[in-house]
Amino acid sequence: MQTVLSIAIDALAYGMVLFVISIGLSVTMGLMRVVNLAHGAFAMIGGYIASYAARDLGLAYGFAILLAIFGTIAIAVPIERLLYRRIYGAPELTQVLMTIGITFCIIGIANYVFGPTLKTVPLPSELQGSVDLGFRAIATHRIFAILCGLAVAAGLWYAIEKTAFGVKLRASVDNAAMAAALGVRTEIVYAVSFAVAVGLAAFGGVVGAELLPVEPYYALRYMVTFLVVVSVGGAGSIPGALIACLLLGAIDTTGRYLMPEFGEFFFYLAVIAIICIYPRGLAGRAKG
Amino acid sequence: MKRMILAAVAALAMSGAAYADTIKIGVVGPFSGPFALQGKNFKAGIDAYMALNGSKVGDDDIEIIYRDVPQADPAQSKALAQELVVKEGVQYLAGFYFTPDAMAVTPLLTQANVPLVVMNAATSAIVTKSPLVVRTSFTTWQTSTPIAKVAKDAGVTKVISVVSDYGPGVDAENAFKAGFEAAGGQVVEAIRMPLATNDFSPIMQRIKDSGAEGVFAFLPSGPTTLGFVKAFKENGLKDGGIKFFAPGDLTQESDLPALGEAALGIQTTFHYAVSHDSPENKAFVEAAGKAIGNPAELSFPSVGAYDGMHVIYKMIEATGGEQDAAKAVDAVKGLSWTSPRGPVAIDPESRHITQNIYLREVAKADDGTYYNKEIQTFEKQGDPGLAALK
Repeated sequence: MQTVLSIAIDALAYGMVLFVISIGLSVTMGLMRVVNLAHGAFAMIGGYIASYAARDLGLAYGFAILLAIFGTIAIAVPIERLLYRRIYGAPELTQVLMTIGITFCIIGIANYVFGPTLKTVPLPSELQGSVDLGFRAIATHRIFAILCGLAVAAGLWYAIEKTAFGVKLRASVDNAAMAAALGVRTEIVYAVSFAVAVGLAAFGGVVGAELLPVEPYYALRYMVTFLVVVSVGGAGSIPGALIACLLLGAIDTTGRYLMPEFGEFFFYLAVIAIICIYPRGLAGRAKG
Repeated sequence: MKRMILAAVAALAMSGAAYADTIKIGVVGPFSGPFALQGKNFKAGIDAYMALNGSKVGDDDIEIIYRDVPQADPAQSKALAQELVVKEGVQYLAGFYFTPDAMAVTPLLTQANVPLVVMNAATSAIVTKSPLVVRTSFTTWQTSTPIAKVAKDAGVTKVISVVSDYGPGVDAENAFKAGFEAAGGQVVEAIRMPLATNDFSPIMQRIKDSGAEGVFAFLPSGPTTLGFVKAFKENGLKDGGIKFFAPGDLTQESDLPALGEAALGIQTTFHYAVSHDSPENKAFVEAAGKAIGNPAELSFPSVGAYDGMHVIYKMIEATGGEQDAAKAVDAVKGLSWTSPRGPVAIDPESRHITQNIYLREVAKADDGTYYNKEIQTFEKQGDPGLAALK
C-alpha cells in the first residue's frame, strides 16, 4: 500500500511538471493552429535566463522566474512579428520546417553563448530539501511544481472560458475573417496568445529545470514528450492536457517502477491505444 | 628539353618524399551536437600536447584533420575514416568517442596501412578487432572493477546495481557484479533503465524496496546523471544511509558545477581527475584549459587525447615518418611514460593502456567549487574486461 501511494505521488509530481511545460504548446497548436516545434527552445531560453539571473547575478528565485518569463517573451515577440505571422494558416509542413529551423538556430546560439555544459537554476532555501509525508520523503520543489501546475491550469481555464479576451481568442481561431469583420483586432489577439504561450513555456522550463536540466539540446531532447502530451490530451484543451499529463505520468512512473527494462514501451503503448480510440485526443474538438 | 623537365620534376617529387613531409592525423569525434563538449575535450587535449611538445616530429610537420560524427553513427564514422585515408592521405586515425564508431573503422586498418589510436571509446572488445588498434583511454570494466572492492571494504555486502540500458551500462553491471561477488558480496538486484529516463523517483523507490545497503550506478555523463544524483538525495536515500558507488563518468568535472551539493561525498573510481596532484598534470591542465577556453569544461576525454598524441608522436619517431602501420604499433607496445593521470603503459599483448585507477570523493574546495578528490590509488590496473571476453 505504501509503495502504491508512493508511486502515485511520484506520478502526480512528474505529470504536473509535464503539464506546466506542455500547456503552452497546447495553446499554440490548438488555439492558434501552429505546429510550434520551437516550443522546447523557448522553454530552454527561459531556463537559461533564470539560471543566469539566479546563479550569475544572484537574484532571488521569484525574480529570476519573472525575468525568465518576460525575457523570453521579449525575445519571442519580434520572432512572432517577423516569422510566425507568415505561417498562421499555412500548411503544417511549412510550419514544421520553419519552426524546426528556428529550433536549430536557437540551439546553435545557446551552445555558442552559454557553452555545452549543464545549467541549473539554484533553488531558494525554502524549496530545497525534502518534506516528510510520513511514509516517504518528497522534494519540496516537486510540491512547488504541483502547485504551479494547478495554478496555471486554473488561470488558463478562467482566461479562455470566462473572460472577454477568451471569447475574442476563440472567435479569431474559429473564423478569423468573421471575427475581424466584427471588430476584433485578430493580429493583436494572436500576438498576445503567442506571448502567453511562450511565457508558459519559459515558466515550465524554469520550474521543470530540476527534472529536465537546461543544456543546448534541451530544445529537441524533450520535444517528443511535449508533442505526445498535446496530441493525447487534444490540442487546445486545458482539462484534456491535464488529464493526459496525469495519465501518462502514472503509466510512465508505474512502468519504470515495475519493469524498467521495458523502457518506454508502456508509455508509447498507452499513447497508441489512446490515439486509436480518440484520434483527436482525449478532449480534442472536431475541426470546425 | 622535355625529358629534362620531366627528370627535374621527378627529382623534385622524390626529394619531397625524402624529408620535411607533412604527416596528417585524422581525428574523428563528436564536435557538434549533444556530445560537442566531449569533442571539444579531444581538441583541447591534442592542442595542449602540441603546444607543450611542438608541432614537429623530427623534420616532419604534424597536421591534424578533424571530422565530425555528432552521435554514435557507425556508417558515417566509417565513411569519414575512408575519406580521411583515401582523399586526405592521413597516416594515423585517432579520436572516436563512441564504441560503435571505432568498431566500424577497424576492418579498414590493415588494407589502409593505418594505425588507430582510440582516445575514448570504452568497450573492451575494440582492441581485439584489429592488431593495429591502440587505446589510451580506459574501459568501463577497468574503472568499474575497483569500486566493487571499495564497496566491500566499506562494509557493504548487499548492493543493488542500477545502470542505463546500453552497451557500457551492461559492461559496468557485469564488471561490478564480477568484482563484488569475487570479494564476497552479493548483488541483490540488477536494474536496467531506459536511456531516456527523466524522472528517477520510481527507480529510487525500487532501490529502497530492495533492502540493499548500497547502490552501484552507471549512467552516461550529462543531463541524466544530474537527475539521478538529485533524485538520490531528494528521495531520502542519501540521508537514509544507502551508500552510492559508481565509476567516475557520473561525476565528470564539467558536470560538477551543476551537480553541486547533491554530489557531495559520492565516491567514484576513475582513471583521471582534473585535480590530480602532479607537475605533469599541472602543466597539462594549464595548457588544455587555455586550449578549451573555459577551464571548467575540461573533462576526462582530454587526457585520453593528450596521451593518444603522445603515442602517435612515438610511432612517428619510430617509423621516421614512413607509413608503416605494423612497425608503428610494434614500437609502442610496452611503451611507458608519465601521463597527467599518473604512470601509464601500453600493454604489449592487448595494446590497451595499463594505468592507476583512483578512488575519489566529491569534495568542496575553499573557493566554493566542487572537485573530485583522490583518496586511494589502485596501481597498474589492466583491463579485466578482456579476460571476461574469452
